[in-house]
Amino acid sequence: MSDLPEVKPPVVTPVRVVIALCLFAPFVAMLWVGSYTKTDPAFIGIPFFYWYQLLWVPLSTVLTVTAYQLWRRDQRARARASASTSAEGGAGA
Amino acid sequence: MNDGVNGVALGVFVFFFLAVTVMGFLAARWRRAADEHSLDEWGLGGRSFGTWVTWFLLGGDLYTAYTFVAVPAAIYAAGAAGFFAVPYTILVYPLIFTFLPRLWSVSHKHGYVTTSDFVRGRFGSKSLSLAVAVTGILATMPYIALQLVGIQAVLDVMGVGGGDSTNWFVKDLPLLIAFGVLAAYTYSSGLRAPALIAFVKDTLIYIVIAVAIIYIPIKLGGFDEIFKAASDKYTAAGAGGLVPAQAGQWTYATLALGSALALFMYPHSVTATLSGRSREVIRRNTTILPLYSLMLGLLALLGFMAIAAGVKVTNGQLAIPQLFENMFPDWFAGVAFAAIGIGALVPAAIMSIAAANLFTRNIYKDFINPAATPRQETQVSKLVSLLVKVGALVFVLTMDKTVAINFQLLGGIWILQTFPSLVGGLFTRWFHRWALLGGWAVGMLYGTIAAYGVASPTQKHFGGSSKEIPGIGEIGYIGLTAFVLNVAVAVVLTFALRAFKAPDGIDETSPLDYTADAGDPGVETELPPATADASH
Repeated sequence: MSDLPEVKPPVVTPVRVVIALCLFAPFVAMLWVGSYTKTDPAFIGIPFFYWYQLLWVPLSTVLTVTAYQLWRRDQRARARASASTSAEGGAGA
Repeated sequence: MNDGVNGVALGVFVFFFLAVTVMGFLAARWRRAADEHSLDEWGLGGRSFGTWVTWFLLGGDLYTAYTFVAVPAAIYAAGAAGFFAVPYTILVYPLIFTFLPRLWSVSHKHGYVTTSDFVRGRFGSKSLSLAVAVTGILATMPYIALQLVGIQAVLDVMGVGGGDSTNWFVKDLPLLIAFGVLAAYTYSSGLRAPALIAFVKDTLIYIVIAVAIIYIPIKLGGFDEIFKAASDKYTAAGAGGLVPAQAGQWTYATLALGSALALFMYPHSVTATLSGRSREVIRRNTTILPLYSLMLGLLALLGFMAIAAGVKVTNGQLAIPQLFENMFPDWFAGVAFAAIGIGALVPAAIMSIAAANLFTRNIYKDFINPAATPRQETQVSKLVSLLVKVGALVFVLTMDKTVAINFQLLGGIWILQTFPSLVGGLFTRWFHRWALLGGWAVGMLYGTIAAYGVASPTQKHFGGSSKEIPGIGEIGYIGLTAFVLNVAVAVVLTFALRAFKAPDGIDETSPLDYTADAGDPGVETELPPATADASH
């Protein structure tokens, strides 16, 4: 519970970077409006602008699920590493 | 619109309406806990909901009748610009994945019912907590009013009420009945009522959208024809288009981002979140909630279909109900109208509960009667939820609809200004409480003045939510500009106040509180065993 159990894992790890990227990717894709303001190619008559954004709904979902799974694995590993404390620093991805 | 009553549609509508009314009253018995008279019970459903109930509740809460009517209406009127609702809802989920579990944990650890509870506990500042509470209540009221506007649109198309010819009482009677029913079961059942009704609402909505998105394009000759007709209309009108113009891209992106940041600042979304049983329920929900985004995107496309189907309405709000009436057989139109109508009841109930919780916890208990017992708290909350709804009703009946829409627009800008206190507080205690208050005040002031100054072809003030961003020169969402200003002021003031050694408030939370989960010591579960395992 106290200040520092000596084997506290680092706050930033490769897994956590991947989690952060998974959560950040939709922001880049959606806020870069210029990358998708066009009508072609159309899909079953729906202009690119619309189906591309709709496509990002499942894409971002997959990314969030990935982040969720990685996070859980990360938490379990950490829980094992320091069996007594729930030592999540709360970087919060 | 008002060419006689559509009997079959009305019959189906009334049938569903009666069914959910019965459900609403029975909900009080659903997973009843030992202590019914605590605010946790009435206002948060005993904090006992599992993944699926929370999913329905959040979906029922965020995707309101007004959304169903307004998003396609925006597309109908302006084309691509209205589609920002889709990227907006996409961005919401990574955001809530990041911060809501922390809010859940700390709230359960300390028994917080509202965001203001948390802000007060974290920063030890009643004034900051009051600012957050007042903002929340102000932003929620017009939102409730808009739900009633949504019901009105449906009733109007069905041919009951709404018309100009009849006298005011007959005209508004259906709305009054719908309202009375809503008020009564919220009062008696609390958050359990909308949670149960949300099942019906979402099932109906999903069925209607699935049918609409397949059936209507077939009848209209495919999406090629639909988008061609839409494109022709925008060209002829000289406004709107199938993709946003170069100048509109900043607006599109800032609206999407600003709205995404604002959504979970609304008291009603937080209420639905805190009613979840565990931290995992929240994270798991972010992975299934996007189903609603998909639905919203498809729904938005109905705006184009309304154009292709030749729906001509002067009030854009009626475009989608009218499309349903024109395209569907009567009985199914009734199902669709019921979906929208019930879609208004669920969020209206949750919103009034959320606003009532804020008032009770952060104004009544903090400033009026600090010694209030849980029973008194619940009683006050119930009454306030009633008052809030009556207020919304009076608003809708006495004022022009555009007033409600203007206020809702302002509400979005306002609620975003509570973000630094809440989310900032969840991750860091670096900000000084007075600095946050200063930032909030600047954001509110700038947002209100800027929105007041926006003119549109039909309105001199509050004509829209976007304006030139000072220093960048592009047109952007006012709420986001105000938010940036807010954060900047908060940072500068924090440095200043720290330099002058201004006293910090007492933080009653500890770092571990933000990661606690159900089952950890000290986390309030409050569940009698009999009810806990009845969850999904």
